[in-house]
Amino acid sequence: MSILEVEHICKSFEHTEVLKDISFSLEKGQVLSIIGSSGSGKTTLLRCLNFLEQPDRGVLRVNGETLFDAGDAATRQESEIRRKRLHFGLVFQSFNLFPQYTAMENVMLAKELLAKEQPDYKARKKEIHAQIEAQARTLLDEMGLSGRRDNYPHQLSGGQCQRVAIARALALQPDILCFDEPTSALDPELTGEVLKVIKELAVQKTTMIIVTHEMAFARDVADQVIFMDEGYILEQGDPGQVFETPREERTRQFLSRFTQG
Amino acid sequence: MELILEQMPIVIRALNVGFIQTLKLFFVTLIGAFPLGLVIAFGSMSSFKPLSYITKIFVWIIRGTPLMIQLLIIYYFPGLVLHTPIWGGGEGGRFLAAAVSFIVNYACYFSEIYRGGIQGVPVGQEEAGLVLGMTKTQIFFKITLLQMIKRIVPPMSNEIITLVKDTSLARIIALQEIIWAGQAFMKGSQGISGEIWPLFFTAVYYLIGNGILTLLLGRLEKKLDYFR
Repeated sequence: MSILEVEHICKSFEHTEVLKDISFSLEKGQVLSIIGSSGSGKTTLLRCLNFLEQPDRGVLRVNGETLFDAGDAATRQESEIRRKRLHFGLVFQSFNLFPQYTAMENVMLAKELLAKEQPDYKARKKEIHAQIEAQARTLLDEMGLSGRRDNYPHQLSGGQCQRVAIARALALQPDILCFDEPTSALDPELTGEVLKVIKELAVQKTTMIIVTHEMAFARDVADQVIFMDEGYILEQGDPGQVFETPREERTRQFLSRFTQG
Repeated sequence: MELILEQMPIVIRALNVGFIQTLKLFFVTLIGAFPLGLVIAFGSMSSFKPLSYITKIFVWIIRGTPLMIQLLIIYYFPGLVLHTPIWGGGEGGRFLAAAVSFIVNYACYFSEIYRGGIQGVPVGQEEAGLVLGMTKTQIFFKITLLQMIKRIVPPMSNEIITLVKDTSLARIIALQEIIWAGQAFMKGSQGISGEIWPLFFTAVYYLIGNGILTLLLGRLEKKLDYFR
């Protein structure tokens, strides 16, 4: 069974159709890269997966559970959405770290708030807190930020901020981690350090969906590539096929701009 | 000069009494206007259009007319026009009317500052909270609030310092604040009459009061300097 099934997702803003009949599925431990020009709907698709936007039509399933069905009002309930969001993590282009918290606190905050909802929280407060702290330490270590735990975001470089943001998303152990152009706000040098971390996650079999303009990286890290154009999935397949022998003229056009460099 | 030195203790004592009334009005206004301003801010940002329009018109009226006129209307209108004096007599009644006028007036100014502060926090902050499974309430208190406070401290400081001086407007309904106390020595009080210097001397009180406030507010601003 696929970890994620997306069926016939459509989304319009005002009178503009941004997503038109998007369907795909993703296996556990796989990496999906989504490429395409700006305005093709890539970001909106990620926002729909994370319930920041609600699709007008379509079905969303994770591990066989229907999280969203536009035709079924029960799945659109606001109160349920919070829990469903936790299946997904999202790393933003502009990091969106919380400026008033240190790197550690950024990673720990959401987990601590969720822990307070556990029935046995009061009794095991110290123990739970220690667990959360240990986990945050490990995550920041893995991101190569062991010396930056107590720094505030404004004291960190863009690349370090983005790695904190990745640790923050991983702290909630989402089934699927989404990246929305994670390196678009970074200069080439800092881009490398973030891509390295994402590659490492791929090696560890983290299920990921990555929207990116870094073609070499998309090809390298992905098990599956989707090319989006004007709200449609125009091409879909393994990286070798999409990058070497694209079926569509539009894909060739798009890719040629990158290979010409 | 010798005369002034002789009058000084009497004048200081009277001005102190007036200044306490000034401070009372100042603090009561802040305590009332801080939360009321937030309510008005949420009203004007409401997606329920009628509420947002009514709130905006109200803010326009209050900010568009002099506080002195508002004081006069709020104090005299119920009694003189409606023949139902609601404020009660004496200094207590005057204080109540002044407090209501000041709270409403300042809440409207504060609401605009709050609105700017809330809207100035990037949307990405709320979205980051949402994807991390936080509730709207958690996002407001754990993420947005402190960033908003940081943004509003400088404009708020301005308003608070203006408020110290604006309390003198309550003189128009004969509230016995410090200006009233200083003026009393012109007409004659406690054996001193025809003296203008006590009125001028009240400025020292405002100056010292605002000096202390400026220091405190500067400290708060500095305290919030640890993040950007």
